[in-house]
Amino acid sequence: SAMAAPELERALREAAAGPERAGEAAAVALGAVRAALAAAGGAAALSERERALFGAFLRSLARAPRAARPEGVWQRCFLEGLPAPALCVLLEALGCPRLHPKEVAEVLEQFLQEGRMSALLWEVCQQPAQAGSPELQEALLNRIVCLPDYVSNKLEGKNPPVFFPQNYFPLLGGAIIQVLQKISDSLRGGLDCSISFVSHVLGKVCIHGRQKEILGILLPRLMDLTKSDCIWQRICWRLVECVPDRWMEAVVLGFVQRAPGADVLSRVLGNLVVKNKKAQFVVTQKVLLLQYGHTTAVLQNLLGYLALDSLRRASLSSLLQVLQELLETWSSSSAVKHSPPEQQQYISKAILICLSHLKKTEIESCRQELLTSMMEGVKCHLDSSLPQIRRLGMIVAESISAKINTDGPVLKYSALLLPSPNFPSQDFVPCVSRARWETTAEVILCHSVQAARTNSCLHFTYSDDDLIPYDMSEDKEVKIKAPVYIRDCIEALTGSEDMDKWEATIKALESLVRKNPEATREVSVELAKILLHLEEKTCIEGFVELRQRAQVAVLTTDPIPVAKYLTSQFYSLNYSLRQRMDILDVLVLAAQELSYPKSHGKTKHSGGPKPCIQLLPGSDSSKDWRRIVDERIKSKTRRFSQMELASGANEFNSVAGHFFFPLIQHFDRPLTTFDLLGEDHFVLGRLVHTLAVLMYLAVNTVAVAAMGKALLEFVWALRFHTDLYVRQGLLSCISSLLISVPAERLLEDMTEELLETQSWLGDVVEKDPDGDCRRLALQNLLFMENLKKKLQTAPS
Amino acid sequence: MALPPPDPQFVLRGTSAAVHTLHFSCGGQEPDVPILFSGSENGFIHVWNLKTHRVDTALDGHGRKSVYCVETMGDKTRLLSQGRDQRICLWDLAEGRTAVTDSVFTENVGFCRCSLLTVAQGRWLMAMAAKALEEVQVLELPSKTSVCTLKPEAGAKLGMPMCLKLWQLSSGSQPLLLAGYEDGSVVLWNLSMGKPLSQLACHQEPVMSLDFDSEKTKGISGSSEKVLSIWSLNEQQNLQVYKTHNLVNAGISDITIRPDKKIVATAGWDHRIRIFGWKKLKPLAVLDYHTATVHCVSFSNHKNPRERLLAAGSKDHRISIWSIYTQT
Repeated sequence: SAMAAPELERALREAAAGPERAGEAAAVALGAVRAALAAAGGAAALSERERALFGAFLRSLARAPRAARPEGVWQRCFLEGLPAPALCVLLEALGCPRLHPKEVAEVLEQFLQEGRMSALLWEVCQQPAQAGSPELQEALLNRIVCLPDYVSNKLEGKNPPVFFPQNYFPLLGGAIIQVLQKISDSLRGGLDCSISFVSHVLGKVCIHGRQKEILGILLPRLMDLTKSDCIWQRICWRLVECVPDRWMEAVVLGFVQRAPGADVLSRVLGNLVVKNKKAQFVVTQKVLLLQYGHTTAVLQNLLGYLALDSLRRASLSSLLQVLQELLETWSSSSAVKHSPPEQQQYISKAILICLSHLKKTEIESCRQELLTSMMEGVKCHLDSSLPQIRRLGMIVAESISAKINTDGPVLKYSALLLPSPNFPSQDFVPCVSRARWETTAEVILCHSVQAARTNSCLHFTYSDDDLIPYDMSEDKEVKIKAPVYIRDCIEALTGSEDMDKWEATIKALESLVRKNPEATREVSVELAKILLHLEEKTCIEGFVELRQRAQVAVLTTDPIPVAKYLTSQFYSLNYSLRQRMDILDVLVLAAQELSYPKSHGKTKHSGGPKPCIQLLPGSDSSKDWRRIVDERIKSKTRRFSQMELASGANEFNSVAGHFFFPLIQHFDRPLTTFDLLGEDHFVLGRLVHTLAVLMYLAVNTVAVAAMGKALLEFVWALRFHTDLYVRQGLLSCISSLLISVPAERLLEDMTEELLETQSWLGDVVEKDPDGDCRRLALQNLLFMENLKKKLQTAPS
Repeated sequence: MALPPPDPQFVLRGTSAAVHTLHFSCGGQEPDVPILFSGSENGFIHVWNLKTHRVDTALDGHGRKSVYCVETMGDKTRLLSQGRDQRICLWDLAEGRTAVTDSVFTENVGFCRCSLLTVAQGRWLMAMAAKALEEVQVLELPSKTSVCTLKPEAGAKLGMPMCLKLWQLSSGSQPLLLAGYEDGSVVLWNLSMGKPLSQLACHQEPVMSLDFDSEKTKGISGSSEKVLSIWSLNEQQNLQVYKTHNLVNAGISDITIRPDKKIVATAGWDHRIRIFGWKKLKPLAVLDYHTATVHCVSFSNHKNPRERLLAAGSKDHRISIWSIYTQT
C-alpha cells in the first residue's frame, strides 16, 4: 500500500484536476485511477487522505462535461471505489445540471444490485473511526435510510422500481444479513468489529415505519441462524441492544409483532428487557398498559418471552410484577369507568395469559395480593352499566379464583350470566323454531293418519271386544281456563291462591285488555299498580314479557292516567331498580305503539321491530342479513299494485307530554333509597335512553318544541357524567332532538343552547375515551351542519 | 277415522250447587218412571224424573251440609243418604212421603262414602268410616247393630279409609270388604274375623275411588295421580297388580263399572269423563262436556240394555246424562 499510495494519489489529482480534458485523455486518466486503486489493494486499504482525495475526484467527475466522462468507464469509478463517498456523490449529483438524473439513477441502481450497500455497511463496521465523525456517520445514515424518498423526489416519481420502499428495504435487509455474516466470520477469526452502525440503520428504518419490509427479510434469517449458534445469538442480541433508545420501541415492537412464538423472541432479543431500561419500559408498561391495539398473538409473544428465562423472571420486569401492575389497573374503579371497553378487554386478556404462565410457587408468594385485587376488581366491574364489562370482570375473577384456590372452593358464576360471545341473535330464533314446528307438525300428522289406518285394520282382523273407540285426539292436557272479565283478572292476580288460575290470567291478560278497552279504562290505574308490583309466583316461561305486554296494553288503552301513575311511581320511594326500569320500558313500548299508524282500528303487536333500548352498541350481523334478503326479494319481485300505506291519527300526539315531562322533572332530587345522580347511574342511563326514544317518537306532535327545549337543558346538566352508558344516551337524545324538532324551531327558539351543545359535541369528538360516543357526537355535528345548510338554501 | 265422541243425551240443571253423588233407580216396571237421585253440596237430595227431566222432589235432611252418598235400599221408596253433618239417613219415600225414618250418627269427619250390600230380603250390611280415624265399622240395617269394627294392625300406617266396597262372591257366601286408604293401599278385609286378608299398595297418593267386579274378581282404583290401577284377587285371596293405565291428566274422583261389566267410567278432575272397555282397559271415549271437576259417575239399572244411561255430576252444578255403548 505504501508503494502504491503515491501513484494513486497522483492519478487522483490528475484526474480531478483536468475536468476539461476530453475523449481519449479522459479515458486514460480514469483508467489510471482504476489501475492505481486496484494496485493499492482495494478501497479498504486507503488512508484518510486518499479517501478525501477520492471523494474530491468523484465529485469532480460528477461535475465534468459529458466529453470528459467516457461512457462505461466513469460509472465503474463509482462502483469500484469507496462506496460511502460514491453513494453521497451520486445522491448529490441527482440535483446537478451536468448529469442527467436518469444516468445517475442507473448508476445508483447498479450500486444497489452489485451489493455495494453491504460493502458500505461493512466498511463502517470495520473501521468506525475512519468512516468519519459522528456527524458524517449521521449524514450517511440519513442517506441510506431516506434514499427512496430522496430519489423519488428528485426524479419526480419517475424512479425505477428498485427504489420503491417495498423493494429497497428488503434489499437493505439482505445487505444487513451479508454484513452480519461478515461480522460473524471476523469474530470467529478473532477480529473485533462494531455492529452499532447496522443497529442504527435498523433502528432508523423501523422508526420510519418500514418494520414490515426490513424485518420480513431479517427475522426469518436470524431465526435460522440463531437456532444453534451462540455466536450468532450474541450478534443478534448486540444488534438490538445497540439500537439507540429513541428507536428502541419501534424495533422491539417490530420483533414482537412478527415473531412466530415466544421462544423465537427469546432467542432473538435475549435479555434485552433486563439490560435496557427503554426496552423494559416498552415491554412491561407501554405495550401492556398504555396501548391496546395489539393482537392477542402479540400479547402471547410478549408475556411468553417474559416467562421464558429465569433471569427475566427474577428481575424487576418479572412476570409477577407485570401481573400485579395489570391487576392494579384492572381493579381500579376509575380505570373501569373511564377507559374504553376495548382496552379493558385487552388488559383482561393479558391477565389471563400471565396467569397461565405463572408457576405454583410464584402464585403462593402473592396469593393474598391476588385475592385482594380480585375482590376489588370484581366489585367495580359488576358495578358497570355495560354488560360486556360485567362479563369481563366475571371471567377474569373466575380465572384468578381457580388459580389461587387449587384445593378450596372456587368462584363460579352461573352460566346464565356468562353467555358465550357468539350467542346467536334473538332475531334468528323464531325462524329456526318455526321451521322445526312445521316439520314436527307434519310428522305428527303422518303418524296420526297411519295410526288411524292400523287401528281400523286391527278392528277388522282382530278385536278382543266389539267396542269401537271414539275419536280421542282432543284428549290433551288441561289448560286452566282464564278469566274472561277484567275485574276477574284483578281478583285472580291479587287474591287468588290458585296458581293455575293465576298463570292462566297473566297469560290471557294482554288480549283481554285489548279486547275490552272500556272495561279496562274503569280500572286502568288499579291494574297498572297490580302489574307493577306483580311478582313471579310460579315459574312461567316468559313471565317478564307477559307482564310487560299487559302493562303496555293497559298504558296504551288509557294513556293519560296510567302514564301519570307510572311516571309518578318512577320517582317514588320503595321501588326496586328492576321496577323502575320496568316503568321506563313500558313507557317506551307504549309510546311506540301509540305513535305507529294503525289500520282499521286494529293494532299490530306482533310484527314490527321492538324498540328495545340497546344495551350493547355494535354491529348486528343478523340484522344486516335480514336487510340483504329483503332487498334481494324486493329487487326480484315485480309489484303490480301499489302498497297502501296505513294512515291514521298519531295517538301519541295528545299524550306525549304526559309521558315525557314528569320523567324529566325530578332526576336531581335524591331520595333515601334512590339516587339517580349517585349510585344508581345505571337507571339514569336507562332514563336518558328512554327520553331519547320518547323524543324521537314525538316527531310531528304539538309538544315537540317544548320537549326539545327541556331535553337540551337536561343534557346540558349531565354532559360531564362519568358513566359511558349515560353519555351515550345523552348523545342519542341530541340525535332524536335534531330529528324530531323542526329545524326552524330549533334555530329560532334554542339558538343559544344549540351553540353550547355544538361546542360540547366538538369536545366529545376530540376527547371522549369511548369510540361509540365519539362516533355519535360526530354524527350529531354533521347533522347540525346539514340542518343549517338546508335552512340556508331553503327559500325563506 | 274414528267418530267424534257423542254429546250428552240431556243435561239436568237446577241443583244450584256442586253435585257430589248420583244414583239411578230405573229397574221398575211401567208405569214406574225412571228416577235419578242426586246429592249436592247445599245439602239437598234431588229426585229427578227422567221422563220429564224435572225435579220431582227435593229432600232436605242433612242440615244444608253437603250430601256425598245416596243409595236405594231395594226399590226407590227406601233411600239411604250420607252427609257432611256426620249422619247417615234412611228415608221413606213411599206414597209421596219425604220422611227420615232413622239415622246413624257416624261421628266421622272424612268424606268416605259408605257401602251397602243386600244380604237377605230386607236386610243389609253397611260399611262406613268410623269415629276413630283409621277404623271402618260395619252395621246391619235396618237394625243398626254393629257387625264388626275393622282396625288396621298397630303400625300399619294406612291412614284414613277413603273408599269402601262391600261384596260377596255369590249370594249367601261370606261378605268381604275392599277398602282404599289414605296411603294409597287397598286392603281386603274378612268381616267375620275382622282381619285383613291381603293388602296391596296401588298408588302413591290416597285412593279416591275403587270398584270391584266380583265375577272376574278384578278391581280398579284411582287416585289424585295420573294413573289408574287394575288389580285382581287370586284363589288364595291375595291382591296383586294386574296392570296400570296412564292418564293424560291427573286426578280421579270416581270410578264405576257398568253392571253388565262391559265398560268402566271415570270422573276426572280435568272435567272429563273417560270410558274404557273393562276387559283390557282399552280406552274408548273421552266425554268433554263439564267445565269443572266431575265428582261422580253412575250407570243406570234399566232392564232393557238399550235404555241404559250414564250420569255424571260435576262441580259446575250440572248433571250430564249420556247414552253410550248401549248396543252391546
